[in-house]
Amino acid sequence: MEWIKIQTPIDDETISSLKKGDLCLISGRIITARDKAHERIEDFLKEGKALPFDLKGELIYYVGPTPPKEGMVIGSAGPTTSSRMDPFSEIMLSLGIKAMMGKGRRDETTKKLLVKYKAIYFATFGGAGAYLSKRIKSSRIIAFDDLGPEAVYELLVDDFPAVVAIDSKGDDIYEVKF
Amino acid sequence: MRIIHTDIIKREAKRLIYDCSFFVPPEIKEIYSMMLTEEDAPLARQSLSIILENGEIASREEIPLCQDCGSVIFFLEIGQDVHIEGSSLYDALNEAVACAYQKHYLRKSIVSDPLRRVNTGTNTPSFIHIDIVDGDKISLHVLLKGGGSENASALRMFRPTDSIDSIISFIEEVIVKAGPNPCPPIFLGIGIGGTADVAMVNSKKALLRPIDAPHCDPFYAELEERIKVTLNKTGVGPLGFGGKNTVAAVFIKEAPTHIASLPVALNLNCHSFRKGGIVI
Repeated sequence: MEWIKIQTPIDDETISSLKKGDLCLISGRIITARDKAHERIEDFLKEGKALPFDLKGELIYYVGPTPPKEGMVIGSAGPTTSSRMDPFSEIMLSLGIKAMMGKGRRDETTKKLLVKYKAIYFATFGGAGAYLSKRIKSSRIIAFDDLGPEAVYELLVDDFPAVVAIDSKGDDIYEVKF
Repeated sequence: MRIIHTDIIKREAKRLIYDCSFFVPPEIKEIYSMMLTEEDAPLARQSLSIILENGEIASREEIPLCQDCGSVIFFLEIGQDVHIEGSSLYDALNEAVACAYQKHYLRKSIVSDPLRRVNTGTNTPSFIHIDIVDGDKISLHVLLKGGGSENASALRMFRPTDSIDSIISFIEEVIVKAGPNPCPPIFLGIGIGGTADVAMVNSKKALLRPIDAPHCDPFYAELEERIKVTLNKTGVGPLGFGGKNTVAAVFIKEAPTHIASLPVALNLNCHSFRKGGIVI
């Protein structure tokens, strides 16, 4: 299989060129968030408070890693089930994110929003947290550290493997003959 | 009567948690290697290669197989001629969990309340099922269960007159709907019969059988095979990217039931099937 090298922040031209099923190696900065972080971002917006970080142009990775051993950058760090973040798709995309990454299907609303905002959804390899951790070169908490494994991390990744699961036209790899 | 100290149970529980968090048993590696030879689709092959390599890295570098280190579910069969000495058995098991999760840098994923959701920080409490059996031994099994696959669990109360085909269709529907979410190829536990609660517990207990041991009743052994073949025709494939291997193994545990009832419960386990057991 041919791998497509991608650098974050992902530019619009790259986003529109990627098609469902494309296998990518992502390098650069990515931001983590899962259930609780999404909920808190929503709360910040409802309360009219400014977020402690800027999400414009970012790739959001749905992960709650294991704690690192001494001398390691991060522990096991594979994707969690993305559909739990579906209710937050509009908020996150309106804040300017350009890509999401996790595992599994998304709902119809998210698919339409990806088209509207010209964004992309990557699936990476579920249950391969040890393998994927080797592609993470640095990690630091940038917000919500009280959430433990659900805190928001900035990760620098190198050749992080992912599949284009929903492209910016709304074509979905999981929507097959089942 | 035989005396067993809770310190021994605690020690073995810690060891089992450690083993299944970092090591893939050879029989499971063999399943994925075999699947790799059967798959043609590039993404199915890629997924299986990564699953195999993940196991190598996890054991070599002591990085947990999955970042979701699971709920800890214990199944104990305690011989009625055993006298347990030491602390409370429940405390001993939970101390084993807290200690193992801290010591081995495993993720703590348990919240103390389902609605108020504060992380306990220790991965306790564990979920403990105890049966009293004949004899003077304790069998201790542990299952580490990730949230993604547990969320795909299902229960349907069938009519007693419903056909086996309709049960298979239900199972197929659940597996296809779950698709990529439970991280296939899955190990499927099926509880048939009993009451609703018994069927659900049996869908987990079914998984405790050794991976390469067929069901002792040929009727159910054949049904397991039939279900496996049906599910592997769905095309869900490794990690849901499409392919020939959706299910690695099917385990049924049946139970007597009411004349009006036919419960069927499903418990899906991800490809990272983390279980272990010992007889003390």
